Amino acid sequence: MRALGRRWPALIALAAGGALLGVGLWQGEHQVVLRKVITICMECIGLG
Amino acid sequence: MGRPGSRRGLRTWVQIAFAAVTNGYAAGFARGTIFQGKSKVICLPGLNCYSCPGALGACPIGAFQAVLADRNHKFAFYAAGFLILVGAVLGRFVCGWLCPFGLVQDLIYRIPFVKKLRRLPGERGLRLLKYVILVGFVILLPMTVLDIVGQGQPWFCKYICPSGTLLGGLPLIAASPALQSALGGLFAWKVGILAVLLALSLLVYRPFCRYLCPLGAVYGLFNPISLYRYRVDAHKCTGCGACQKACKLDIPVHKTPNAALCIRCGGCKDACPTGAIRSGFRWETGEKLQNT
Repeated sequence: MRALGRRWPALIALAAGGALLGVGLWQGEHQVVLRKVITICMECIGLG
Repeated sequence: MGRPGSRRGLRTWVQIAFAAVTNGYAAGFARGTIFQGKSKVICLPGLNCYSCPGALGACPIGAFQAVLADRNHKFAFYAAGFLILVGAVLGRFVCGWLCPFGLVQDLIYRIPFVKKLRRLPGERGLRLLKYVILVGFVILLPMTVLDIVGQGQPWFCKYICPSGTLLGGLPLIAASPALQSALGGLFAWKVGILAVLLALSLLVYRPFCRYLCPLGAVYGLFNPISLYRYRVDAHKCTGCGACQKACKLDIPVHKTPNAALCIRCGGCKDACPTGAIRSGFRWETGEKLQNT
């Protein structure tokens, strides 16, 4: 129990991260990411 | 590469292998193009520019800004969730073992130079810069400075990120005459930032990670709570300070084994004469441990 007690902040963060990731997928953000990352990012390479 | 079997040697090989596997689209380097497969929707843990010709995944900071700057989205939940998940499990272990730009800085630091510095003047203030960059350039500016159609820009990628210049810009421009004809002031600015950081890496260990990296700033916030952590056995620790002396980031590991700056290189564990520093996912009970 004590070990679990020390871990709870990480477990809460894991749950929050998973929830945010789920919301992002539900909102279709991964499609925006994919659309962006399969073309050369001119800003990233210094030509934008 | 370090002594055979040593932790530094192992870490270097892990860094090289991870960089090679996650940037495995070799044809891109020859053709001056980037990989366009669906695996790129998945973020890589380190600062690995998705415009690197070989990149098989996305940079989490780049993905975060791409959604944040998109006019149809108010916040980047997908990339933020990824960052929190990775941070909660590994913290800055990513910086020490899995980041390609960290590997570059490590290799340059190994070049013998007149004198290596433990820290730069104004070290404490400089370390705060990465949080300013995270809040200002990664979050606020892409969200608030919009063009006429409501689209923002990836401010960090555009004006600061040296990983994009090194891993994306230079190989693409070297292989593509069309891109060469488009070079201008912005590219000169970014090459200047890259050159300064690489030159500084000769003198100081990991200057970009210490002072500027917003990804390290995020993961560092998780170091004190992440599942992967360092522990100091207070029964074994004599407080000799050998760990701090060995730490290239000058962290007093015996006092703060999970400091936000620590990249989990393991140098302190090798240096500890009593073997008091341990790391891993195991959380012992019933021992007197320094966990903070």
